[in-house]
Amino acid sequence: MRHIISILMENEAGALSRVAGLFSARGYNIESLCVAPTHDDSLSRLTLVTSGDEFVIEQIVKQLNKLIDVVKVQDMADTAHIERELMLIKLQAHDNMREEVYRLAEIFRGQIIDVTESSYTVQLVGPGSKLDAFIDALGSVPVVEIVRSGALGVARGPRGMLVPEV
Amino acid sequence: MELSGGEILVECLKAEGVDTVFGYPGGAVLHIYDALFQQEQVQHVLVRHEQGAVHMADGFARATGKPGVVLVTSGPGATNAVTGIATAHMDSIPLVVFTGQVHSALIGNDAFQEVDNVGITRPCVKHNFMVKDVRDMAETIKKAFYVATTGRPGPVVVDIPKDVTDPKVKVPFSYPEKVAMRSYQPTEKGHSGQIRKAVDMIVNAERPMIYTGGGVILGRAGDELTHFTRKLGYPIVNTLMGLGAYPSSDKQFLGMLGMHGTYEANMGMHHCDVLIAIGARFDDRVTGDLSKFCPYAKIVHVDIDPSSISKNVVVDVPIVGAVKSVLTEMIDLVNQAGGAKKPKELESWWDRIEQWRGMKSLEYKWSDDIIKPQYVVQKLWEVTGGDAFVTSDVGQHQMWAAQYYGFNKPHRWINSGGLGTMGFGLPAALGAKWAFPDEEVACVTGEGSIQMCSQEMSTALQYQLPVKIVSLNNGYLGMVRQWQEFFYSGRYAMSYMDSLPDFVKLAESYGHVGMRIDKPSDVEGALREAFAMKDRLVFMDFQTDPEENVYPMVPAGAGLNEMILL
Ligand SMILES: Cc1ncc(C[n+]2csc(CCOP(=O)(O)OP(=O)(O)O)c2C)c(N)n1
Ligand SMILES: [Mg+2]
Repeated sequence: MRHIISILMENEAGALSRVAGLFSARGYNIESLCVAPTHDDSLSRLTLVTSGDEFVIEQIVKQLNKLIDVVKVQDMADTAHIERELMLIKLQAHDNMREEVYRLAEIFRGQIIDVTESSYTVQLVGPGSKLDAFIDALGSVPVVEIVRSGALGVARGPRGMLVPEV
Repeated sequence: MELSGGEILVECLKAEGVDTVFGYPGGAVLHIYDALFQQEQVQHVLVRHEQGAVHMADGFARATGKPGVVLVTSGPGATNAVTGIATAHMDSIPLVVFTGQVHSALIGNDAFQEVDNVGITRPCVKHNFMVKDVRDMAETIKKAFYVATTGRPGPVVVDIPKDVTDPKVKVPFSYPEKVAMRSYQPTEKGHSGQIRKAVDMIVNAERPMIYTGGGVILGRAGDELTHFTRKLGYPIVNTLMGLGAYPSSDKQFLGMLGMHGTYEANMGMHHCDVLIAIGARFDDRVTGDLSKFCPYAKIVHVDIDPSSISKNVVVDVPIVGAVKSVLTEMIDLVNQAGGAKKPKELESWWDRIEQWRGMKSLEYKWSDDIIKPQYVVQKLWEVTGGDAFVTSDVGQHQMWAAQYYGFNKPHRWINSGGLGTMGFGLPAALGAKWAFPDEEVACVTGEGSIQMCSQEMSTALQYQLPVKIVSLNNGYLGMVRQWQEFFYSGRYAMSYMDSLPDFVKLAESYGHVGMRIDKPSDVEGALREAFAMKDRLVFMDFQTDPEENVYPMVPAGAGLNEMILL
């Protein structure tokens, strides 16, 4: 099953390589990985999407927790959560195709953020499955390139990921 | 107090109570060596190869329970140390390894003797650091010792660019009294509900088995384990890493389990109904084919590392905590319950075990003409009163040492179990002897393994470390040959050790005593003579049966109940 895992890490050099190294050394798969600073500049937040049966996911969570710089790990599947991903997709759009692309972008609540005589670039936000659905719906519209951020996840409700006290 | 980075490093070692650094100098660490030179409290042991330094610190750590400390230079110094670091990592041995690094300004420029030490060691350390500013030195070292020695122990590398130890740059120094890391807070105490549940299952067992590993030794819980086991009257088996945690001369001890474990240990594992796993990690050499492992058992697993639990084998009652603390609580609860509750069933379980034991799976064929390696180990036990520190290298001799030297105390059996590093034995023995100069230290090795770190005989002379080398010279990479005999129709590809040196002369050329023994009747006499030379390193080159095999054996892919007996 697909899991979104959120990780708070000490904002130290090499933090990302520890996580990436763990996944490659132990043969876990990474579908996407997203890293950025947070409002607390001592921390960085990684969101990764992986898949595996419950035992593999349990090991992944434990192995992540074992990394000394990892402050907190949360498997989003354990809580009600919201998933969002950003996609920038550049499409060939000539003549009569222009109308078709415009209409599809509307339906999916996308925005056209760049226009040339022969192309549209569409920005779309949503769960990964919605972005996949948009790509499917394009049918014969030729894709020039797809840039996706990888999924982000956040738990529903008032509380954030807890940082343990020292 | 204003100090340079090199001086700070030395002061930190003093503050940690470190009395010895094992190392080898080079350009990137010259400032540190200069600081070491100007004081006397922290001694330095100069090895002959950096791998030897790490194994020596490792042997020191395994013998004492204290962290071992290493200092090597950048580039080749650090890469030479990697095998030693990985060895310690696999067996969870606390080490702090300082590696030199090129000047900060040169990092990333392919500078002379530059390698990415943090990158290279990342997968084989518990954690690593690079000190980028001399002001961070003391705190980083404090953290390094804390991480290395707490929770599930392991090696920590501290990489130090040369400019950070510049003697001209002095900064205020004070050693932090405490460390607190929000990202690292190992669990000591087990969950009391889980412990209660486990004890309930344990006292009601009909065919119990206690299975313990290196965690009991690292966690210094040998006494608690012995008390717990005796109170219950249950059979106990130890892994290769766990030998000595429970006295092997005791009736309740069934020996080592796993690939070359005893018949009674493995059959007991296979047929038990409650398995009590303590500080062990269900390694593939222990379990055999996982799908056939302990098919009738409910499993309790106590371990300090949550990621060890249900990694290979899914368990019924997991308990995360330090084995000493959990065992102490368990003993109380077992006492409250009045001990084991199924004495009748237990009696018939013991009857079955005694039948398995009756197979005498460790018997071997005696010969009047050729020395049997097992016999040498048995005589070593006799001559040392079963009380020596015994290190080993890797191969058949390692298994024979584990099988035939009955360890009665923890910390006395020192071997590379996880990584299986040939070359470990001699430097590890020197580290143990350094820590315990008045105790007997023997290195059981083979003619293949000893050649991987034999240069440390020079270190042994320099520092007067009179260990006894017991080489079981079968003229083969015996363990490889055995597998080729069993599984490759006897095609001995590259397992014959040709062009061996004259080990007697080799030892003599290093200033030690060498002996060559080729008759069974001379074995005991030679050992007695060697151990009588208290202040000499003696290299005993025993010419042993070339094609002797290690029995019994669980072949790869088999269950523990499918052993090959002699
Ligand atoms: C550094 C290293 N290289 C290779 C091996 C693979 N290996 C395992 S046992 C063994 C043979 C060891 O020969 P020897 O030291 O003579 O011991 P014996 O098995 O003959 O007792 C080898 C090559 C290893 N464990 N370590
Ligand atoms: Mg050999």
